[in-house]
Amino acid sequence: MSQPDSAKTHAISLQAPAVTKRASSSKNIIENPKLSIHELNFYYGRYQALHDINMDIAERQVTAFIGPSGCGKSTLLRTLNRIYGLYPDQRATGVIMLDGRNILDRDQDLNTLRAKIGMVFQKPTPFPMSVFENIAFGVRLYERLSRVKMQERVEWALRKAALWEEVKDKLRQGGTRLSGGQQQRLCIARAIAVKPEVLLLDEPASALDPLSTLKIEELIAELKADYTIVIVTHNMQQAARVSDYTAFMYLGSLVEYADTSTLFTNPSLKQTEDYITGRYG
Amino acid sequence: MPASAIYLRRRLVNAFNLGISVLATVFGLFWLVWIMWTLVSRGVQWINLALFTQITPPPATPGGGIANAIVGSLLITLVGVVVGTPIGILAATWLAEFGRYSRIATVIRFVNDILLSAPSIVIGVFVYAVVVARFGHFSGWSGGVALAIIMLPVVLRTTEDMLTLVPDQIREAAAALGAPQWRVVITIVYRASLGGILTGVMLGIARISGETAPLLFTALNNQFWNANMGQAMANLPVMIYQFAMSPYENWQHLAWAGALLITLAILVLNLIARLVIRSNTFGT
Repeated sequence: MSQPDSAKTHAISLQAPAVTKRASSSKNIIENPKLSIHELNFYYGRYQALHDINMDIAERQVTAFIGPSGCGKSTLLRTLNRIYGLYPDQRATGVIMLDGRNILDRDQDLNTLRAKIGMVFQKPTPFPMSVFENIAFGVRLYERLSRVKMQERVEWALRKAALWEEVKDKLRQGGTRLSGGQQQRLCIARAIAVKPEVLLLDEPASALDPLSTLKIEELIAELKADYTIVIVTHNMQQAARVSDYTAFMYLGSLVEYADTSTLFTNPSLKQTEDYITGRYG
Repeated sequence: MPASAIYLRRRLVNAFNLGISVLATVFGLFWLVWIMWTLVSRGVQWINLALFTQITPPPATPGGGIANAIVGSLLITLVGVVVGTPIGILAATWLAEFGRYSRIATVIRFVNDILLSAPSIVIGVFVYAVVVARFGHFSGWSGGVALAIIMLPVVLRTTEDMLTLVPDQIREAAAALGAPQWRVVITIVYRASLGGILTGVMLGIARISGETAPLLFTALNNQFWNANMGQAMANLPVMIYQFAMSPYENWQHLAWAGALLITLAILVLNLIARLVIRSNTFGT
């Protein structure tokens, strides 16, 4: 049933570069996209929050979404793992291709999608269980591991998230008893433990102190080797520091999308320049 | 207006409102303390071993206890809890987790609130008509059913409130790992709100253990030892009602002792609930 739908949207998206000049620049800079977004529109009830988004997201690179509050950057991120589907009045139209499949298809299995695309939220969200169980929870959804294997996996994820040294003696303690920065890295470890291919980070450091922020940013740089990372941030310096590509969004539209150094040093649109130099408004 | 005048005005308004609040608190506490004091001063001297080991005495006979009423109350309440709690928790789970935004959920919430405030005597008459009249005799079972119906909306309401208190971010985080919704509910949301749900159950038990009207129509009372739920059954509230109204002094004493016993039991339950929620509050 969904096939004619996606075929139709595909036909439209072939013409997309001609129609949307703004996003066209992205088409030639990204050769091997992990995710490919075409003609994406998003609605909260009747309110349209995203307008005709077209962009590719590069594999094993960091892509940052920047823009003022309410510009739709988080909304865009939340379409990529379809987490918006928890709320019945939210819906998306268009196509998001991942490994040759449109993940917006109605018959897309959400559990497998989310096994591939992990997410970390703005506020740390440790589950009400021990540090160990926090990480084992996700793993158990997909794999039956022996005790030893599970311990190895938990340690691996915690090391990857640069948290192992701090919590190796506290694995049985409640996850909620860690500090905010540690909780956020616990959430990153939890997402990594499932071995996803893409990591979505929704302002992962905005609730953290500068030192924890630094740790998270260093972590992002390391994780890039294995994962495709998409990060939403309202901190332009952060976007400049951690990302390879940056998308500037405004009022639900993708205004400019380029590799990070170009976007920050030589933006092609006046609007982008105004925003990144702090003259927006 | 000069700053000092504003400051003075604020202090006066503050003192006035604070005074009113304290008065209101004292007014409420006054009656509570009076009730407690009356119960303790009149009841405590009749609490002895016989109270727990002997059955209710015939009229105008010294001695005896209320063992049959205690056991009856425990059994009937147990049936009420065992029936009312799971239904209440499951219904609340549906309302809070699965049907939260649906129109039927709004209707169910509204109906539940009506049931919550329904006079218990109405529920007693209802169970009388549906169960007692049909089977032809009073029974412990029908008493349990009546108490379950009274407990259900209490558990439902508190459980739903507690589940909605669990932040959506936690649900999103679990869903983002690919966890199916039932698993999110059972392993994460329940765990996060366990203390609150238990408190709801405790409050429900406290509520039904003092109910008299519905038991008058269902379990009635029994002067003799009876652990058969199919028969009319002694229970503390109806025993208190009957004995307190009687002209026999010994019966009146037993009624005081029973009233104190129920109150203490509810007090202990509430204390346990508070301790549980304190040690189990989400996020601490």
